[in-house]
Amino acid sequence: MGLLGRIREGLTRTTQQFVDRFEDIVRRADAPERRSRAVDVETLEAIEELLISADVGLPATDRIVSAVKSRARHGESLRDLVKQEIRAVFDSVPWPADGTAPAGGPEPRVVLVVGVNGTGKTTTVGKLANLIKLSGAKPLICAADTFRAAAVEQLEIWARRADVDIVRAREGADPAAVVFDAISSGKARGRTPIIIDTAGRIHTRVNLMNELEKIRRVASREVPGAPHEVLLVLDATVGQNGLSQAREFTAVAGVNGIVLAKLDGTAKGGVAVAIAHDLRLPIRYVGVGESIDDLVPFSAEEYVDALFEEKW
Amino acid sequence: MFDTLSNRLQEVFRSLRGEARLTEATVETALREIRMALLEADVNFKVVKAFVDRVRDRAMGQDVLRSLTPAQQVVRIVRDEMIALFGDAGGGLQPSSTSPRVILLLGLQGSGKTTTAGKLGAWLAKQGRHPILVSTDVRRPAAIQQLNVLGQKASLRVYDPPGQMDPVRRAGDAMTEARNLGFDVVIVDTAGRLHIDDDLMNELQAIKAAVSPSDLIYVADAMTGQDAIKSAGEFNRRVGVTGVMLSKLDGDARGGAALSVVAVVGVPIAFVGSGERLEDIEPFHADRLVSRLLGMGDVLSLIEKAEQAIDQKDAQRLEEKIRLDDFTLEDFRDQLRTIRKMGPLESIIGMIPGMGSLGQLAENKPDEKQLVRVEAIINSMTPGERSDYHLINGSRRKRIARGSGTSVEEINRLLRQFQQMRKMLKSLGGMVGGGKGALKRLRRMGKLH
Repeated sequence: MGLLGRIREGLTRTTQQFVDRFEDIVRRADAPERRSRAVDVETLEAIEELLISADVGLPATDRIVSAVKSRARHGESLRDLVKQEIRAVFDSVPWPADGTAPAGGPEPRVVLVVGVNGTGKTTTVGKLANLIKLSGAKPLICAADTFRAAAVEQLEIWARRADVDIVRAREGADPAAVVFDAISSGKARGRTPIIIDTAGRIHTRVNLMNELEKIRRVASREVPGAPHEVLLVLDATVGQNGLSQAREFTAVAGVNGIVLAKLDGTAKGGVAVAIAHDLRLPIRYVGVGESIDDLVPFSAEEYVDALFEEKW
Repeated sequence: MFDTLSNRLQEVFRSLRGEARLTEATVETALREIRMALLEADVNFKVVKAFVDRVRDRAMGQDVLRSLTPAQQVVRIVRDEMIALFGDAGGGLQPSSTSPRVILLLGLQGSGKTTTAGKLGAWLAKQGRHPILVSTDVRRPAAIQQLNVLGQKASLRVYDPPGQMDPVRRAGDAMTEARNLGFDVVIVDTAGRLHIDDDLMNELQAIKAAVSPSDLIYVADAMTGQDAIKSAGEFNRRVGVTGVMLSKLDGDARGGAALSVVAVVGVPIAFVGSGERLEDIEPFHADRLVSRLLGMGDVLSLIEKAEQAIDQKDAQRLEEKIRLDDFTLEDFRDQLRTIRKMGPLESIIGMIPGMGSLGQLAENKPDEKQLVRVEAIINSMTPGERSDYHLINGSRRKRIARGSGTSVEEINRLLRQFQQMRKMLKSLGGMVGGGKGALKRLRRMGKLH
C-alpha cells in the first residue's frame, strides 16, 4: 500500500463526517436563491465552525476563512478554495533538511523524541527505528524514559520487532547518563542515528523540562551539533493545548519537527494546521495505526487531499 | 501568547470595571471574549454557543443584583452557569452496597488509565478500603508490567496470573480472587484503543458482563480537543459510563473538555488527576474547578492539602518558636518538607487566590528542584550552624557549598532569604508557621467565596 493509501486508511473514519458536512455546506451555498453572491455569511460561518471543530484553532481558521471570503468567485469550487488555503498554511512553513538522514557531518546523528505523557512517544520511537532501518541505515534506540513504570520493557519489545539494538538503563537512573552511554555505544558500534525515547513530561513542569536541557547538553558535548532532530510527538486528538506544548518544548528542547500520532482515531489532527500557522513548525511524520510500519512521512498535499476526498 | 481561560476572563472583566451599568454593548464585548476564551480552551463548539446564549439571557434579564458592580455581575453569572452546567453531584464515588465493588476503567490510548488505576487504588486504600487491581490490557507491550510496578509502589495487591492472556478470564478470575481473599474493591484496567474499534468494544462489553461493575469510569485526557465528546459519547453508548476521571489537569490545559463531556454526554466528573505521583488524585468539585478557571483560587483544596500534610503538634511547636523568635534553619527545612508533602508546587500556587496570574511570570515560575537544593544546603550544615546561622562565616560557607554541590553565592542567597523570613515571621506572628492560626485564616478566606 502506498503512503497516500495509508494516510487515507487512517483518516477514513475521521473524514467521513467532515466531508459530509462540507458537502452539505457547499450544496446549500449553491442553492438558486443564494446564487447572487459569491459566498454568503452563513456559508463562511459554517466553514468556520467546521474548521474549529476539527481543532484548527481560531487564528488559522480566521486566516483561512478570510482568504476564502476575499478570493471566492462565482462558479468556482468552494472545496478547492478551502483546500488551497489549508495547503497554503503548510506551504508557508520553511522545510529544513531531514535530521535523521546522514548529512556528511559528525556521526552519529542524534534524534531526540519528546512530548507530554501518553501521546505515543515510545511507540513512535519503535516505528521510527523501523522506518529508518528499512531505508538502509543502522539506528540505535536509547531508552531514556527511566521514570514511567515498564517504559523500558515496552521499548525493548519494539526494538525486537524492528530488529534494532537498544541501550537501556535501570528505572530511576539519570536519563542524561543513559544518553551518554547510548552515544558512546553508537560510536563504538558504528550506529547512526541514535533515537532517544524520553519520559513524558507535562510542559509546565520546570524541573522536568530542565532535565531535557541536560540531555541536550550531554548530546551536544558528545557529537557536535547534536541533537540534529528534535521531534515533538502530539496526540492527534489534542486540542489547542497542543500549541502550548509545542511552544514550551521548542523553547526548552529546540523542537524542529512534529510527529502527529494516533491519526487513525476519530480526530482529524487539525492542530497540525494551527501549529504550522502559529508556530511555523513542520509536521514530519504521522502515525496511522498500531503496527510497526504505520509511521509515514507527512505530506501536506496528501493530508489535505485525504481530508477532503469523498469516497475511497 | 495564549492566555489561560482564567486570565482571559479576568482581562474581560478588568475592562468592564468602572462601568456604571451593564449595557447591551458591554455584555456583547464580554460575551465575544468569553466565546473566544472557551473555544481556545477546547470547549465544544455547540456547548460554547449554548453557554454564551444562556449567559446573555441572564445578563440581559432581571436577576442582576444591584449591590454588585457590572464586572462582578458578569463573573457571577458565568460562574453560576458553569457550576449549573457541571451539576450538583459531588465528586468521588457514589455510595454502593455491593461487595466487592467493581470499578471498570475505560478510555482511549494514552489517556492515563493504568496510572489512574494505581492512583484510585491508593486513594481507596487511604479511605480504609481494600482494593485489588487487575490489568486486562494484553495488547499494549508491558501494560501489565506497568500496573504491577505501580501496585508495588503503592503497596497494593495486583492480580496477575502468569500466562493468562484472555482479558475476560483475567477479570473474572480477579473477582474470585477478591472474594476468596476478602478484598472489597476490584479495579479493572482495560486496553485502550480508538473508540471505533469494534473488537475492543466487544471485549469491553464481555468484561462488563463478566464482572458487572457498579462504576464505569471513563478516563479523559484534559488536553483533548473538540473530539472529546465523540469518544466519551461512544464509550457511553456502547459500554456505559457512570463517571469521568479528568487526567493530566496539572499542565496548562484548560480542561474545556470537561465542560463539553458533562454538557453533551451528561456524565458527571468523578475525579481529577493533577500530577505524576500516586497521591495526585482528588474527587471533583465543580465549584472549585470553576473558581480556579475564573482565577478565584481554590482555597478549600489548599486547606485540605495543608491539613493532610501538617502535623498539629509540629505546628504548635513552630508557633511557639516563632513567638520566641527562635526560628532556626532546621525549622526552615521542616517547613520546606511540609510544603513539598502538599504536592507539586505549581498546583499549590494555582490554588492561592490571585496567584494564578502571578505564576505566569517567568521569573516566578516555581521550581521544585530549587527546594531540593535548599534542603541539600541545610543538610550540609552542622547542627550548630543550623541552630545559629551567625556561625556561618566565609570558610564555613565554602565547606557547605562543597558538601551540597552548590556555590557560595547560593549559600549567601539562602542566608539572606532566611534572615528576611525571620524578620517577616516576627511581624506576622503565627501566619506563616502553618499552624492553627494560619489554617483559620485560610478558612476565613475560603468563606469569602
